[in-house]
Amino acid sequence: MKKVEAIIKPFKLDDVKEALSTLGVKGLTVSEVKGFGRQRGHREVYRGAEYQVDFVSKIKIEVVMEDELVADAVKVIQEKARTGQIGDGKIFLIPVEDAVRIRTGETGKDAI
Amino acid sequence: MNAGDTTFVLMSAALVMLMTPGLALFYGGMVRGKNVLGTIMQSFIILGVITLEWVLWGYSMSFGPDHGGIIGGLDWFGLRGVGMEPSPNYGTTIPHLAFMVFQCMFAVITPALITGAFAERMKFTAFLLFTLLWATFVYNPLAHWVWGAGGWMAKMGAMDFAGGTVVHISSGFSALAAALVIGKRLGYGSTAYIPHNLPMTITGAALLWFGWFGFNAGSALAANGLAASAFVATHIASSVAALSWLLVEWFHKGKPTTLGAASGAVAGLVAITPASGFVGPVSAVLIGALAGVICYGGVLMKSRLRYDDSLDVVGIHGLGGTWGALATGLFASKAVNDAGSNGLFFGNPGQVGIQLVSVIATMVFAFVMTLIILKVVNAVVGLRVQEEDEERGMDISLHDERGYSF
Repeated sequence: MKKVEAIIKPFKLDDVKEALSTLGVKGLTVSEVKGFGRQRGHREVYRGAEYQVDFVSKIKIEVVMEDELVADAVKVIQEKARTGQIGDGKIFLIPVEDAVRIRTGETGKDAI
Repeated sequence: MNAGDTTFVLMSAALVMLMTPGLALFYGGMVRGKNVLGTIMQSFIILGVITLEWVLWGYSMSFGPDHGGIIGGLDWFGLRGVGMEPSPNYGTTIPHLAFMVFQCMFAVITPALITGAFAERMKFTAFLLFTLLWATFVYNPLAHWVWGAGGWMAKMGAMDFAGGTVVHISSGFSALAAALVIGKRLGYGSTAYIPHNLPMTITGAALLWFGWFGFNAGSALAANGLAASAFVATHIASSVAALSWLLVEWFHKGKPTTLGAASGAVAGLVAITPASGFVGPVSAVLIGALAGVICYGGVLMKSRLRYDDSLDVVGIHGLGGTWGALATGLFASKAVNDAGSNGLFFGNPGQVGIQLVSVIATMVFAFVMTLIILKVVNAVVGLRVQEEDEERGMDISLHDERGYSF
């Protein structure tokens, strides 16, 4: 079992979510995040005063899946979230020890 | 007594009343989210504080029987003798009470303007005490000098139709004193003070613009041609200044901004205030066009001079008011208002000198008195909130509430 964590451009969220659903992913968690990488921030100007805003808004998707799905999931995320410009984001793979469904107490792959 | 005039002045008073909550939104949107309520409160509650002050002694000090051209007596304390019959001196076709309440709204908004200078860091008790003392010892004498029967500035021939000196120069230079005395916000120079809600600011600017028709046209104190002329001049100057600020910042910084358009509109309204009842439409265009440019420059000046006037009261009201008062001496025309004088461009260069005296007297009086009042308030209750409270924001630390909970 692995957690796939992807930081992507916000406007790519719908495409990525659709593709992951088609692949058989049954649920995912999304958060609005800010950060910086190679993409520079932007300038804001208020009444002539300039501020450099270093943190760029991104979407973080977290989805836990069985090992067999991971390779395909990474492939479709990369395909759907890519624009070719700096700032397309990153994908991280994290091993997951176990999962528990709170309502039923099921564990392991039954819980995801 | 004239029913049309009475209706018009009462409606104008209601319009000017709306400017103070409008200002609350204008300022509220420009601060950080943790200070939105504290900032709105500093304008809104002045409706309470100064209305009370005004009916008890403020109106009497400003417009009551003259003492040496300096101050009105306390004969009208608690509005004694201010009734439904017209006053012989002020708005002679409307009830004295109508004139009183119209003027009350001016007395309310003026100290609210100053709050922009010390936004995000002043104790609420200090703010209340300061407001009360400032209204009593700065606003009331100034209003008497300029508008009171027997006031020395009026006798000298200074022209201020709707409050360029009384309202804008006084609040602008008091704001400068306040910014210097209270000091910079925590983290000034390293923290980005990015406005948290510009749509709120623009809503506020729109309400100010709307209310300003009451402020300027209402100052004719009659439903007549002069009121229409002041209304038109006001609208022209505001529109043109919104445009000129936008253009100059577009040229200077590369992009036109909505905050720039809103700030320009307010700068134009400030500048036309003293001139609105004395100038024609073309003069209003020129006054507005220069107001946008001058106030944009005035706002940039604060980062050069390193004082923290949080919401640019000095740049917009101080400089805009000064430009407006001087412009009145340039563009005034007896063809528009024969109760006034001609300005420089209409053959009377001496008027500029008279306007200049009134400007400098107002600046010095407001600045020095504000310094003294703030020193007193600091000694009695302390001006600034604790560092930790400033960090948490005024909404939680002073008022136990939050503007937004998502």
